Amino acid sequence: MISGTAGQLQNGPASSGAALGRKLGYGLLYIILILVAVLQVLPLVWLLFFSLKNNQEVFNLPPFSLPMDPKWANYSKVWSAGNINVYFLNSVWVTVLATALTVILASLVTYAVTRMKWKGSSFVLGLFMVAMMIPVHSTLIPLFSVYNKIGLTDHPLSLIFSYVAFNMPITIMILLGFYYALPREVEEAAVIDGCSVNRMFAQIVFPMTSSVLATTAIINMIYNWNEFIFVNTFISSDIYKTLTVGVQNFIGQYTTDWGAIGATLMISILPILITFLFLSDKIVEGIAAGSVKG
Amino acid sequence: MDKVLSNKKVIALYVLPSLLLILGVVYIPIILTGFYGLNKWNGISAMEFIGMENYLALAKDDAFWSSAWHSLLLALFSTLSLVIYLAVAMVLATRIKGANLFRKIYLIPMLLSSVAIAQLWLKIYHPTNGIVNSFLESIGFANPPAWLAETSLVLPALFIPILWQYAGFYILIYYAALKNIPASLEEAAKIDGANALQIAWKIKLPLAMEVIKVTIVLAVVGSLKYFDLIYVMTDGGPNGASEVMASYMYRVAFRAHDFGYGSAIGFFLLIICLVITWVIRKLTATKDTIQYS
Repeated sequence: MISGTAGQLQNGPASSGAALGRKLGYGLLYIILILVAVLQVLPLVWLLFFSLKNNQEVFNLPPFSLPMDPKWANYSKVWSAGNINVYFLNSVWVTVLATALTVILASLVTYAVTRMKWKGSSFVLGLFMVAMMIPVHSTLIPLFSVYNKIGLTDHPLSLIFSYVAFNMPITIMILLGFYYALPREVEEAAVIDGCSVNRMFAQIVFPMTSSVLATTAIINMIYNWNEFIFVNTFISSDIYKTLTVGVQNFIGQYTTDWGAIGATLMISILPILITFLFLSDKIVEGIAAGSVKG
Repeated sequence: MDKVLSNKKVIALYVLPSLLLILGVVYIPIILTGFYGLNKWNGISAMEFIGMENYLALAKDDAFWSSAWHSLLLALFSTLSLVIYLAVAMVLATRIKGANLFRKIYLIPMLLSSVAIAQLWLKIYHPTNGIVNSFLESIGFANPPAWLAETSLVLPALFIPILWQYAGFYILIYYAALKNIPASLEEAAKIDGANALQIAWKIKLPLAMEVIKVTIVLAVVGSLKYFDLIYVMTDGGPNGASEVMASYMYRVAFRAHDFGYGSAIGFFLLIICLVITWVIRKLTATKDTIQYS
């Protein structure tokens, strides 16, 4: 209250001063925001620049100088020479398959939990939700030894199983709110017309969730594309490695060619950056919704 | 309707595949982790049951406690950096033009793999050609340090990329929470003569408290199980100066092939994460949620 009257007194006679102050204030806020934005992208701009230079240019020119004559050859060189093309394709198909499986299986579970009537549905949901709190590392040793026993180490299925299981909880969590909000009338009408549960799910409910499915799919893709520890632990053959581990190994062998390293890193992050360029709203929304995973 | 929607066969068909998967990949392995921890086992030959020996050895293992201390420091640092994220989100949420664009730009590092980020920051910290030392030399520091090779500097040097990586994520969460606060509250306070700082401190902060508590859980638990970036950038070195619990577990199990002892560390990690989540949740549950009126 006291500060209130003081503020009003200030606002009275010096309103033009206050307006100027507000402008300066906003200017300052913009400077802070721009500074943070610059800090967030500057390392990536630097990466792009040195991916187009040779070592001589990297070491002798100032760090943020534009590459005079961009060495696109760095990209073509590492694409085939470093096995990057193989890793890239592995990343693509493992990511797509694991994402599709997670989204479909999670949709089925969410449908059964939210729309169907059975005992134990809340217990089953609880099992999925608690799994969100379990650190991946605590399951790593038994997963390795079990996959080893059943012949799944150095096999892409070990990745698919692990990705689907660990992404299932967060996917169900994002889907839940949407399923709870779906109107019952459509289903009631369908049942009266003699529609079976399977048809109702496949032809009515599942298509209705397409917008939230896109969000969960994108979140899954980002996680799967970037996953490191499972690939690093389970996969030993080059033909099955995905980009994260492939990039790591490639750079381990060629630590001195900065242009090649930059090109490799750019290739590994470009698909995500391009996706982000086109679908940034969905991604922002999805990450906000999936914030519990961390 | 009810009859159709309680068809047991359909329910089993929809739930069982996922349930089996999560039991097989998440729940059974954590039970096995606890059990392996009770054994002496190199992963190949037969297990030998030794009871609590691994867990007792853990209590006396200096290398483990120093890794746990580093994890704790990271948790502390991450929690403190939430203040910066919150401040930026507050600025962003002052109905400023272009807020959407800023929030998207901030998020970019979060989308990249830890390996790419780690490799990029290895170059940033490169002793002679990295941008950090090039910059320091250009403003007159003759001999800037080799950041990742000094035991006293390596942890803070690793914390910076972690701060960078997660900035957009937490700013996004805070921004969403602050945007949820009805504008009418802020207008009312303005009419009463409150200035921007007072509005931030007395109105926005208390109303965002629930979300802040959630982010503290995320930051602490995320820090305790942090692995990728440190593993790639320093592999726990030099001399264990940047070893954290997860990287120590990885080293013991997959490098030294002591799967029994590694499992004991893994189980300890699980218990800590669950206990801390439970404790912080418990603390949040006692407070009444504030209603916007």
